[in-house]
Amino acid sequence: MKRVVGKRSKYMAEFQYVITDAVGLHARPAGQLVRLVKESDCAVTVEKGNRVADAGRLMSLLGLGVKKGDEVTVTADSLEMLELLKDFFYRNL
Amino acid sequence: MEQYRGKSVSPNIAIGRIWFYEKESCQIKKREISNAALEWKRYEDARAVAKLQLQELIRKVKNEVGEIDAEIFDVHELLMEDADYNDYIRRMIEEEHVGAEYAVHAAGDYYAEMFAAMDNEYFRARSADIRDISQRLAGILTDQGKKIQQGEEPVIIVATDLMPSETVQMDRAKVLAFVTEKGSVNSHVAILARTMNIPALTAVKVRREWNGRIGIVDGSSGILYVDPDLPTLERMRRYKNREKKAAMELQKLKGMETVTQDGRQIRLYANIGNVADAEDALFQDAEGIGLFRSEFLYLEKNSLPTEEEQFESYRKVAEKMKGKRVIIRTMDIGADKQAPYLGLEKEENPAMGYRAIRICLEQQEIFRTQLRAIYRASVYGTVAVMFPMIISVEEVQEIKRQIETVKKELQSEQIPFRDIETGIMIETPAAALISDELAKEVDFFSIGTNDLSQYTLAVDRQNPRLERFFDPYHPAVLRMIRMTVENGHRGGCWVGICGELAADLTLTEEFVKMGVDELSVTPAMILPVREAVRSISVS
Repeated sequence: MKRVVGKRSKYMAEFQYVITDAVGLHARPAGQLVRLVKESDCAVTVEKGNRVADAGRLMSLLGLGVKKGDEVTVTADSLEMLELLKDFFYRNL
Repeated sequence: MEQYRGKSVSPNIAIGRIWFYEKESCQIKKREISNAALEWKRYEDARAVAKLQLQELIRKVKNEVGEIDAEIFDVHELLMEDADYNDYIRRMIEEEHVGAEYAVHAAGDYYAEMFAAMDNEYFRARSADIRDISQRLAGILTDQGKKIQQGEEPVIIVATDLMPSETVQMDRAKVLAFVTEKGSVNSHVAILARTMNIPALTAVKVRREWNGRIGIVDGSSGILYVDPDLPTLERMRRYKNREKKAAMELQKLKGMETVTQDGRQIRLYANIGNVADAEDALFQDAEGIGLFRSEFLYLEKNSLPTEEEQFESYRKVAEKMKGKRVIIRTMDIGADKQAPYLGLEKEENPAMGYRAIRICLEQQEIFRTQLRAIYRASVYGTVAVMFPMIISVEEVQEIKRQIETVKKELQSEQIPFRDIETGIMIETPAAALISDELAKEVDFFSIGTNDLSQYTLAVDRQNPRLERFFDPYHPAVLRMIRMTVENGHRGGCWVGICGELAADLTLTEEFVKMGVDELSVTPAMILPVREAVRSISVS
């Protein structure tokens, strides 16, 4: 079973994304992602394989060790937020 | 008196008090606490102080070194605010009843180990960042702030090792010399020492007891004297004065032309490696930048530098030089210079491998981004561009096609740019031999003697065992230089030298007589070379 950190609402939406950034989900974009999530008040998770990280926590995100070519699943409890996240991933990662 | 031999990475002599710089100066004791809320408050206060320190550091580094180096500290700030890290510390304080400094230390260890165990080099390297922030916080909490506390007196800095984040914090005006145990000729400290024109030794077994004692660093012989006796002190003072006098004589050459006795003008330019070096170049009265190595943009970062980041750096240098020529060399990285994010494979023979222009021609996106940034910067001064590791006319033609594409793009986006001079490095025997053909394609040549020598002689410069076989004065190398100069001139190119030989005063006369138009040297060598040129008579 997957362990989900953070609040869960009844509207969980997700998308898959393959990382193209040469270094992967490294400190700078991860930091930007954390800020984005914190400002939103939404619950967002990033999963790689069977591991899940709360996207509001930098160490957890970095701890996933997401590299170029890895597929991640991004989940959010708001559709609006999910669109923002998609945009963020496409532009930065 | 004690004497220690090290490896000199920068010449000159320094005499002064030794300051032993210690990284882990703070002792962490495990204290039991009773008021967890109070302890947490102490931590929060310390975090606020640390945040201010980091912001100050970011400002300082941005001004003195560049945006890209400052990014490391941005990441530090983010890590320090991280919820997991803070939760760990809170738990330690509330549940284990330990002091905040111990909690910080433990959290640092825990996360540093987590990163150290990861299988990717980039993420492994982050463990140093975690330790760094934990040390900073613990330092504030125990009042043994890691903020480098340099006294008023200029000192000889002795340390096991110095990180870039430490050297950038030092007050340059109060550093007489560096002595370290670790580090190489190309370490950050060595490069800094050379640009600052102060002596530096590495590979010295350093000792804490030297702190506060008088030392002499002789960068020409590679010796460190601790508690020198009077005769040594006097002898070294004499040498130093002689050096100083010679240096003062050289200062008089500032503002003078680099011209031979019989009126032949030589362009005397500087080699620089980042934006801050341009200041040194101006200070030493360089007449332009003959080699702006763009590698720093690629090597000091964990991802490819964006067009905007590159543009900023090029623009800054072009503006600083106020119309003097600035020759930007496109990236010269490869398997031997690490840029992990490029994912280059380890090669058996990196000097001859996938590097420099070869990467640019294969991975055109990287190349175009750099070209765009260079052309955009062209309106802010007199910019020129040159390309490394050329071996054929076809390569140059392909590059020119790329330039045309970039110019069209900029035009259609209505971004201003100028037509700039284009040149190539002559650093392979192939390029030297076909320099007549190459001259038809470009505006100038710049001879890179370091690589040209190693490729011509087939002697690896990195292998210390080959030192006696490496003869940069080999007639084959000098003949190639002469040939390049002659072919360049016949084809309407001006020709410069930007390798180490350009600063070799025993060759200045020969180069000038060959007809070399430009010499580009490390900023500290500008005035000595000017002196040499001014003493020559060509006819």
